[in-house]
Amino acid sequence: MPVDVEQLLRKLSEASGVSGYEVEIRSIVTAAFSESADEVRHDSMGNVIALQRGVGDMPRHSIMLAAHLDEIGLMVTQIKEGFIQFDTVGGFDPRALLGQLVVIHGRCALPGVISSRPPHVLSAADRNKVIPIDQLYIDVGLRQTDLEGLVRVGDLISLKQDFLRLRGDMASGKAMDDRAGVASLLVCLDELTRVRHLWDVYAVATVQEEVGLKGAITSAFGLAPDLGIAVDVGFGHQPGVPEAETLPIGKGPAVAIGPNVHPKMFERLVKAAKDYEIAYVTEAIPGRSGTDAWAIQVAREGIPTGLLSIPVRYMHTVVETVNLKDVSRTGRLMAAFIAQLDGDALDAISWKLPSVQDGAAS
Amino acid sequence: MLLGELSEAFGVSGQEQEVRDLLYHAVKDLADEISVDTIGNLIACRKARQSAPHGEPLRVMVAAHMDEVGFMVTGIDNGGMLRFAPVGGIDARVVLDKQVVVGRERMPGVIGSKPIHLQDRDEPGAPVKFENLAIDVGAGSKDDLEGRVSVGDVVAFKMRFCVLDTNPSGLRAVMGKALDDRAGCALLVELLKTDYAFDLYAVFTVQEEVGLRGARVAAFAIKPDVAFVLETTICDDLPKKVDTTNVTRVGDGPAITIRDRTVVADQRLVRLLVDTAEQEGIAYQFKSPETGGTDAGAIHLVQDGVPSAVVSTPCRNLHSMANLMSLADYDETLRLIRATLLRLGPEDLRR
Repeated sequence: MPVDVEQLLRKLSEASGVSGYEVEIRSIVTAAFSESADEVRHDSMGNVIALQRGVGDMPRHSIMLAAHLDEIGLMVTQIKEGFIQFDTVGGFDPRALLGQLVVIHGRCALPGVISSRPPHVLSAADRNKVIPIDQLYIDVGLRQTDLEGLVRVGDLISLKQDFLRLRGDMASGKAMDDRAGVASLLVCLDELTRVRHLWDVYAVATVQEEVGLKGAITSAFGLAPDLGIAVDVGFGHQPGVPEAETLPIGKGPAVAIGPNVHPKMFERLVKAAKDYEIAYVTEAIPGRSGTDAWAIQVAREGIPTGLLSIPVRYMHTVVETVNLKDVSRTGRLMAAFIAQLDGDALDAISWKLPSVQDGAAS
Repeated sequence: MLLGELSEAFGVSGQEQEVRDLLYHAVKDLADEISVDTIGNLIACRKARQSAPHGEPLRVMVAAHMDEVGFMVTGIDNGGMLRFAPVGGIDARVVLDKQVVVGRERMPGVIGSKPIHLQDRDEPGAPVKFENLAIDVGAGSKDDLEGRVSVGDVVAFKMRFCVLDTNPSGLRAVMGKALDDRAGCALLVELLKTDYAFDLYAVFTVQEEVGLRGARVAAFAIKPDVAFVLETTICDDLPKKVDTTNVTRVGDGPAITIRDRTVVADQRLVRLLVDTAEQEGIAYQFKSPETGGTDAGAIHLVQDGVPSAVVSTPCRNLHSMANLMSLADYDETLRLIRATLLRLGPEDLRR
């Protein structure tokens, strides 16, 4: 049954799951994977690992697909006069936080808003300044006495945002980074239920990417796959940013090229896109990709890795905006790539030494 | 609840129709006469039902404004992004990364910001300017919006009203957009449910946020003997490094204006409000004088002057998406204004 990407992404986007505390999103993703996987389990870090077996002869090769489960969030640092001070878990522009809705995961879930002093009472000079995080306070509308016992230092805070469907195939919400990637894994697994693929496929929803790719490091070690593909979000074209720094929206996933990506993985992904006529663009990444691919590539004795980026506008805000067709294209591209993995694929990807004939002097 | 419906209704200054229609249905069975004037004010008159002890009943105007601050589309880029300017006073910093609703079609959109990863070194500290922002409705191009969005369309914040705390002995905080001044409108609807010894002109005004425009026109036509304005007012009650005034505090009850930037509240009415509060056991606070303006600023100068006063429910985060107010304060504000109106008589206007 083809996946309804909009409904799936709505559920994934609205769920909470800050790095290290991915509880709510993990149960949603586990249930979703179960629909098209032979097995779903959690490892010690909390990664969700779904296996869809291939039909090739044993020993069967395996590929790991990774998208991260966690979202950036906040953590309680102090409770003062009925308001909550916080620090960030993952990278935030403080300007993106002012006035946003949150939920504090204390004794119970407490909805609130990130506030600061009204501009009317500030001097003209202060009215223009960016408000730093230590001058922002979360207001949950409770008195200090009511708050004590409900919230403690160290409690996690997630941002709260309704998924919003825009015109065309566009949608906006929080945590498209990387719930859009997780959605694409689900599209891929669903497509593969209708494909006779030789290789085993591990779809991994990784934890703690935003704080150091930790879930990818440990799951890649644990699974020891023969190949890996990470899916994350890339900077989608938006006003005020030079086009050279961004990816077009609605033209498919970006297939990354650069040191973090095995050139043969890049070639095979592009070939799969062309063979199956799936729209794609190329993304040049000259160094660190800032994704799980960086960790997967150097796990164990090294894993040939590819990277797909789903273009997203306004990254690391609660209005991350994505094209739903790009999400499904990304899933279908991975399925197409996997469909083309035959018994010779791993050998074809491996580096070879020059043969004696090639190197011989005449 | 009516407050929630009013909060979610779309009514940026100059385009208050949806709010007016909602309020019309709420008050049509409570008023003896209802009309809409040329600028769009909704005027509901409830005649005196208690006999006035001396001569003609007073004409008492009570006003709350229907309009909310928002934005207006000023241009449409070739790529389909909407350029916009604020309607009413909005600090550009609170506008970043918010959901909005655009125009007649109530088209959903978002105001995005540049990812921090892509900002230049000096950008993170730079002030936010409206001219650098755009509303993204997901259009592929300008043509995609032909006939659906036009320059001049108004835009409102998009936010669901919610109750934060139902504990009856707590603040009973609620959160939503446009509580300034839909809270005042909801209170005014409640006031129409009581019989008074005077003719009550409940005026739901337009265009307060762009210069107190509707109130001036309504007051001129009504010629009230006295006017009260029901508003919301700012709180500066977050923890502060320097011990300065809070202006008002959530949880301390209705705020009585002594003076703001547009009016010196009539002393007699202030005394009546305070005496009523003391006698009814209603906790109240005085709003600190430096800031703000309300419809009273326009009303008190109309004809040959109208004695006016302002009573406000304290509200955090005014003129941004998520206003936060205490229903405990709101209930006490209603108690105060209703009890004051029931006490009000011509002797209170004698010098």
